[in-house]
Amino acid sequence: MKWPAFGYARASTLEEVFRLQAEHGDDARLLAGGQTLLATLAFRLSEPKLLVDITGVAALRGIALQGGLLRIGALTRHAELGRDPLVAQHAPLLTEAVPFIAHPAIRNRGTIGGSLAYADPAAELPACIVALDSTMVLASAAGERRVAAGDFFTGLLETALRPGELIAAVEVPVATDASRSAIVEVARRSGDYAMAGLATTLRLEGGVIRAPRLVYFGVGNGPVLAARANAALEGRSLDAAAIAAARAALAGDLDPQADLHGPPEMKRHLAGVLTQRALSRFLPAAEAAA
Amino acid sequence: MNDMPTPASIGLSREDLPNSYIGRSVPRPNLPKLVQGRATYTDDVQPPRLVHAAFLRSPYAHARILSVDSAAAMQVPGVVRVFTGADLAKVCDPWVATLDHLKGMKSAQQHPLPLDRATWQGEPVVAVVADSRAAAEDGVAALAVEWEPLPAQLDIETALDPDTVVIHPSLGDNLCFTRTAEKGDVAAAFAAAHRVVEATFLTGRHTGVTLEGRSILADYNKAEGTLTVHHSTQAPHMMQGVFAKQLRMEEGAVRVICRDVGGSFGIKVHVYPDEVAVAAMAKAMGRPVKFVADRFESFVSDIHARDHRIKGRIAVDAEGKILAFDIDDRTGIGPYSVYPRTSAIEGNQVVNLCGGPYDFANYRCTTTVVFQNKTPTCQYRAVGHPIATTVTEGLVDLAAEALGIDPIEMRRRNLIRDDAYPYTSPPGMRFEGLSHHAALAKLLEMVPVEKIRADQAEQRKKGVHRGLGFASFIELTNPSPFMYGIGGARISAQDGATVRMDPDGSIVALSGVTEQGQGTEGILRQIVAHGVGVPLERVKVITGDTQTTPYGGGTWACRGAGIGGEAALQSAIALKQQILVVAGAMLQAAPESLDIVLGQIVDKDTERERMPLSELGRIVYYRGDTLPKDLPRELVQTRHFITKDYPFAFTNGIQASWVEVDTDTGMVKLLEHWCVEDCGRVINPLLVDEQVRGGIVQGLGGALYEHCVYDEQGNLLTTTMADYLVPMSAEMPEMHIGHVETPTGESLLGAKGAGEAGTAGAPAALMNAINDALRPLSARVTEQPFTPARILRALGTV
Repeated sequence: MKWPAFGYARASTLEEVFRLQAEHGDDARLLAGGQTLLATLAFRLSEPKLLVDITGVAALRGIALQGGLLRIGALTRHAELGRDPLVAQHAPLLTEAVPFIAHPAIRNRGTIGGSLAYADPAAELPACIVALDSTMVLASAAGERRVAAGDFFTGLLETALRPGELIAAVEVPVATDASRSAIVEVARRSGDYAMAGLATTLRLEGGVIRAPRLVYFGVGNGPVLAARANAALEGRSLDAAAIAAARAALAGDLDPQADLHGPPEMKRHLAGVLTQRALSRFLPAAEAAA
Repeated sequence: MNDMPTPASIGLSREDLPNSYIGRSVPRPNLPKLVQGRATYTDDVQPPRLVHAAFLRSPYAHARILSVDSAAAMQVPGVVRVFTGADLAKVCDPWVATLDHLKGMKSAQQHPLPLDRATWQGEPVVAVVADSRAAAEDGVAALAVEWEPLPAQLDIETALDPDTVVIHPSLGDNLCFTRTAEKGDVAAAFAAAHRVVEATFLTGRHTGVTLEGRSILADYNKAEGTLTVHHSTQAPHMMQGVFAKQLRMEEGAVRVICRDVGGSFGIKVHVYPDEVAVAAMAKAMGRPVKFVADRFESFVSDIHARDHRIKGRIAVDAEGKILAFDIDDRTGIGPYSVYPRTSAIEGNQVVNLCGGPYDFANYRCTTTVVFQNKTPTCQYRAVGHPIATTVTEGLVDLAAEALGIDPIEMRRRNLIRDDAYPYTSPPGMRFEGLSHHAALAKLLEMVPVEKIRADQAEQRKKGVHRGLGFASFIELTNPSPFMYGIGGARISAQDGATVRMDPDGSIVALSGVTEQGQGTEGILRQIVAHGVGVPLERVKVITGDTQTTPYGGGTWACRGAGIGGEAALQSAIALKQQILVVAGAMLQAAPESLDIVLGQIVDKDTERERMPLSELGRIVYYRGDTLPKDLPRELVQTRHFITKDYPFAFTNGIQASWVEVDTDTGMVKLLEHWCVEDCGRVINPLLVDEQVRGGIVQGLGGALYEHCVYDEQGNLLTTTMADYLVPMSAEMPEMHIGHVETPTGESLLGAKGAGEAGTAGAPAALMNAINDALRPLSARVTEQPFTPARILRALGTV
């Protein structure tokens, strides 16, 4: 199918973006990497009157360390994220996640802001951002506000973004020596959306698990922070019994829907397998082997 | 017969034998144009006054069309005209797709756009023509159609039950065709057997995903009364006849041109209602109309295939000798049999091919072909072969397991002996010469079975489950009129080639077979250069134009090399003989004492150069006055070829698959794959290997990923490349290809088909490998695609 006819405006400052948004309201859509929006236009699932191209807005770019936080500009493309040394040092979970995101052509254009704003429940980055306990920096004509990543994703393809607001950046707490992180997923083919995935962070302090954040994707309406599994792990020594306890507790955290790949039971099972695989990587033996 | 010198037969390296191109891996001529984006696909053709068509497609699997209101659509800027089924019926006749030799077959009349009822979700119902495709889509969005949804008949198992909706009441029921082949005494063989094993197999409905979507540009010239159709098709002459017949024209007034075609796999050899509608609209409007199917449309309107449920039983004696097969196949083909090849052929092939590689006496196989409200199915790469091979090889492995016999030994005991030919199989297929045991021996040279088995045992101790599976197969190629012609279809089994020499000594070859990216023009160039005696670069091959090429069937069922190639070889040899007659007169030598080597006339004995072909061309074309008056000088020769001794040239081969099954996730990792096949004379080893590799990938795709999934209302759910999973390079295994060459004696060239071997055997080899891996866990899968969900279910995990 062909795109419906629409207008195009290229903004170079946030003020310009806000002015165009105010002028056109719901008829305007922001265009960043375009990896989702342009496909929905071609499917004629959305028919905006105006695309506001924000890729020239300098304020939305860049990765920097600021006050103990890693600030990642919304226009950071997946490929940039994957090769950035600051990200590799301070948020290695994101570096590890990038190869799972679709294919190189998509990673070269897609942006972190776009992925988070679209909030696909099977996407990697929303789960990682929640696992990293990050903060979303949202900008509008009224100024900036900050929302915890865990509160940002509110439902299927729904976020806390208000009309006239956009994602300016993500602020990620930097990793410490005690930090551990992993992302694992099961996808039919490399680059496919995951049938089930898990992004996790925790601290290992003297072999004891602190602040575990197991976040599942592809098994719900958005990234699923597994409260019960996390509670089962908090304060325990990391060992096979702890992992088994997390797997057992997980049943109460997940309520997956059937999809083309299989029934809910399969998704629950895969989430358990991924829990085992991700946490096993932090076991001392595995660390020694690595 | 087959006494053509090849490098091997005269003990020379391929490079040492001048202009011996048959059997050499040389690049194909159209590659630079394809990779540099300079090809001309149908969509690249932009005549003046062009308009574009878009279709409103049925949102229901089965619904009555109560009304179509086009008033708003006609107001959309750019929209030129709207056509309904009734509008097109005025200029275009309906068709019925049956073949006389398929006894009792029935199907309903099909119009380019239905008159009152839509019978599958995605069926084209109303056409909008506009000055751009985008405007045409705007017009489609503005159409108001009133529907009355009707109950849909979706399930193949209940299609014939008395209370099931009959899709075409005029047919009485939903049965399209049924046939049983029976040989020997099946009941007695099963009663007396040492062991009987049985299983039910599913081959998932899937489709061929061509890079270039279906495309057509039809232009009716009212002044000339001619229809010119640029078409992405495999069979231009067949389509010429179809357009002429349906549009009530003389065949001579229709010209079909296919320039570059971006993949076909059998998808583009059928008559599609939207494409006929485009031709009809062009005729009605007197201007060029273009339609290019987008990916959404392709998934719901390109033919699907392989929607089969097969119950099979095998009877064996204590030594593992196969006594009998008893097979019941049921397949759903959508609401219409597809014109003109029909949709009963796939089931019929299952009946013809089951048990194919083996020597056994008792056989019964029934196919039951039923209608359903889903996208029509028809012939797709390796028609019926992967189904028959899956059932046969699945049962053979089960029998081997029941008897405790190694799968390789089981095959060795039962494969038809290499000296048993000619041989007629229980369902009546006649084999001229196959090489199952030679192929098995060659495969075992390539597959390190002992090392693999040792690794398998070692890995199992670590909880890693790997498996090795085998699949022997036969493949039907070089079809004679017994495939379609005897059934009344105007599909040529004969093909022709015209080869001419121009004044500069260059050669032009025109062929009725066609190129879709697989290298047909490449092998024809090799054959003609070889036959005439010129460097490859001096040969230009032209295909895909009904007005200029000799009449022929096009490319399907593996016939390009075997049929089209032989016609090209014979015409090249005839041209060479004519050139030598002229050269003899010019050089005052006996023609038999001369030869042509790399574009030079030479003395045959000494290879001394006498004259370049360009000099002969100069004299013939510009100074014919200097030649003897009665000297024949026809530097253009045409020959045709059709097989006469055997209905089909069967080929054979065997594949092996080595996989690792992640029993926690149900994921299958393809580690390595092998195929040995015998396509007779290999013309270009590189191209044959690539054909086999591509075929394997397509077979693995159907077995592991590709699946047209419908919901309970008959809506296709897999309509994007994110949901319909095609095999991608990252998941494909290392593939090793080997050959045994048993040329057919029906032609000088000796070539049989190679395009479907990979697809025929790969799913069965993969299934047997997965089941080999799962055996210690007492799990087994027989339903394709072998998804993680199915494997986990087989393991009892979910």
